[in-house]
Amino acid sequence: MALHTLELTLEPAAAAGPVKAPTHIGVTGSSDLEVLIQPEALDGKVAVKLVTPVTGFDPLWERVLRKFIDETSLSDTRIEINDNNATPAVVLLRLHQAFTAANAA
Amino acid sequence: MTHHDTRKDWRTRSADTAARKEAAAPLFAKGKEVLAKDTVALLEAVIRAGDIVNIEGNNQKQADFLAECLNQADKSKIHDLHMVQSAVPLKSHLDLFENGIAKKLDFAFGGPQAGRVAEFIGNGKIQLGAIHTYLELFGRYFLDLTPRVSLVCAYKADRKGNLYTGFNTEDTPVIVEATKFKDGIVIAQVNEIVDELPRVDIPGDWVDAVIESPKPFFIEPLFTRDPANITDNQILLAMMCLKGIYGEYGVTSMNHGIGFLTSAIELILPTYGAELGLKGKICTHMIINPHPTMIPAIEEGWVEAIHCFGGELGMEDYVASRPDIFFIGPDGTLRSNRAFAQTAGHYAADMFIGGTLQIDKYGNSSTATAGRVAGFGGAPNMGCDPKGRRHPSGAWLKCGEELPSLDTLTGSVPRGKRLVVQGVETFGEGRKPVFVDELDAWKLAKNANLDIPPVMIYGDDLTHIVTEEGIAYLSRCKDMETRMAAIRAVAGFTDIGLTAKPEETKALREAGIVKTPSDLGIDPSRATRDLLAAKNMRDLVTWSGGLYNPPARFRNW
Repeated sequence: MALHTLELTLEPAAAAGPVKAPTHIGVTGSSDLEVLIQPEALDGKVAVKLVTPVTGFDPLWERVLRKFIDETSLSDTRIEINDNNATPAVVLLRLHQAFTAANAA
Repeated sequence: MTHHDTRKDWRTRSADTAARKEAAAPLFAKGKEVLAKDTVALLEAVIRAGDIVNIEGNNQKQADFLAECLNQADKSKIHDLHMVQSAVPLKSHLDLFENGIAKKLDFAFGGPQAGRVAEFIGNGKIQLGAIHTYLELFGRYFLDLTPRVSLVCAYKADRKGNLYTGFNTEDTPVIVEATKFKDGIVIAQVNEIVDELPRVDIPGDWVDAVIESPKPFFIEPLFTRDPANITDNQILLAMMCLKGIYGEYGVTSMNHGIGFLTSAIELILPTYGAELGLKGKICTHMIINPHPTMIPAIEEGWVEAIHCFGGELGMEDYVASRPDIFFIGPDGTLRSNRAFAQTAGHYAADMFIGGTLQIDKYGNSSTATAGRVAGFGGAPNMGCDPKGRRHPSGAWLKCGEELPSLDTLTGSVPRGKRLVVQGVETFGEGRKPVFVDELDAWKLAKNANLDIPPVMIYGDDLTHIVTEEGIAYLSRCKDMETRMAAIRAVAGFTDIGLTAKPEETKALREAGIVKTPSDLGIDPSRATRDLLAAKNMRDLVTWSGGLYNPPARFRNW
């Protein structure tokens, strides 16, 4: 099955800085996803690259990621997501887990 | 005044039954035993065109051999039957309508055949009476839908007709009682005919014929959930349920619907539940099947009593070894009973928690989809506020006290309310939104010519919705506008959720009508599988001290 790639650049309303350390969370199992999150100087922005087997949900992905960035005020960070049909709830949970782990590291 | 008795005979039913049994007399081998090869002939002898017939079948055990034999009956003799039965999950149940043997259907649960049920209603092969709940249908067995002939199933029989239904007694007593005490005919398929039964679940004089079926009856391990498949998100929802509902209201008695959320709740009782100090304060009395995922909590001493609708494959020895908890017969094995468990679930329990496929903007929910007439089994009886309830309890009174509109209904008289909880992710399988403007049940009603859309839980009965966004305390909403706002606030990124207004949600949070994980003091990053007391099937077996014996398909080690 062809994979769909979505690349987004998001800017937080209030920039609080990057995550501390590169971190990897989750597995690309059924209904799940893996998240790689790492600090990178990006002019205060967050770059997201998402690979997923599902098409037709780009606006939904953007809303979910927008919410995550707003909640964390993350900036200067690169996020890679390899998705296997995760629901938005799981996506947000994994992102928050990655964020917590990356700052605890 | 002269008494005009226009009816000469008050015993037409028993005379008719006697005539039918007379026709079947040559088929009896020894006592009440009929050989499997004579089953079709037996059915042709005792069933008449147009009869009301019950085939025992629910979501667990199935009188599958008798259903198949009825399909082989001569259509010129047996046709236009009116089937009244809990469930129609087997192909053979629907084949009866395809074959022209049956015409009308009254049932509670469609299961795997739900698509065919919808199709047959659409093309006229099924005349639908109604979709019921189990208790509602059982009630009608004693009113206007009394079976003329019932085809039931049991583990064992003797030649006097005594039945041992044991662990999977389920619906048998209610079916047999309704049938036999109105001069009907009861035929049982059994796995084995023996001289001595472990115990008598159905007395022999209520049974007309017993047949040893060529193979054991089909049974589905419907309530087994492999902990390995529980997700972190389900654990987050489970944490919110325990802290924000079970603990908040002190819910001691309840039914858990089938699903991974309730399995997650069961498996974090010994970990997160213990951390919250809830042991002994919640989940002490449960109306559930023997869920394997309850083993750790039972072993840790959380539970005092469990009564079961039916059995669950593999749990026989474990349950038999915990007679302080389960309802065990003098022979040492469980007796389940769907009618009594449903009664307890409807009237005696303080809470129902389960899942659904769709919730509309008003809070009505349904698992019906446009092309499937699935029915809801027992969920609506437990997922509703039982208006006949009169005994108080802490959780019931607290939920009732919260109702801002109670005084508009009962004035100054206090009244409690059952907690009815739906736990869902805002998007379900295939990213289908769970929160919708209009339930698919409306489309189904149109497609299948139903008078009303099949709603599983009505909005006025629903007290709490739990999603990854938080808990909506609908019991605290004073009117429909507030209720709809609370639903929007936990509906996430669905179209319904996107209509939530931030300032409105803020006000609801301040009023305690909506609580997010952080409002509840829950850290979502703790929601990981580390909280599960058992992480896989093997762990459950270990917790049970080797007494739980999972079916082969769940043995993945």
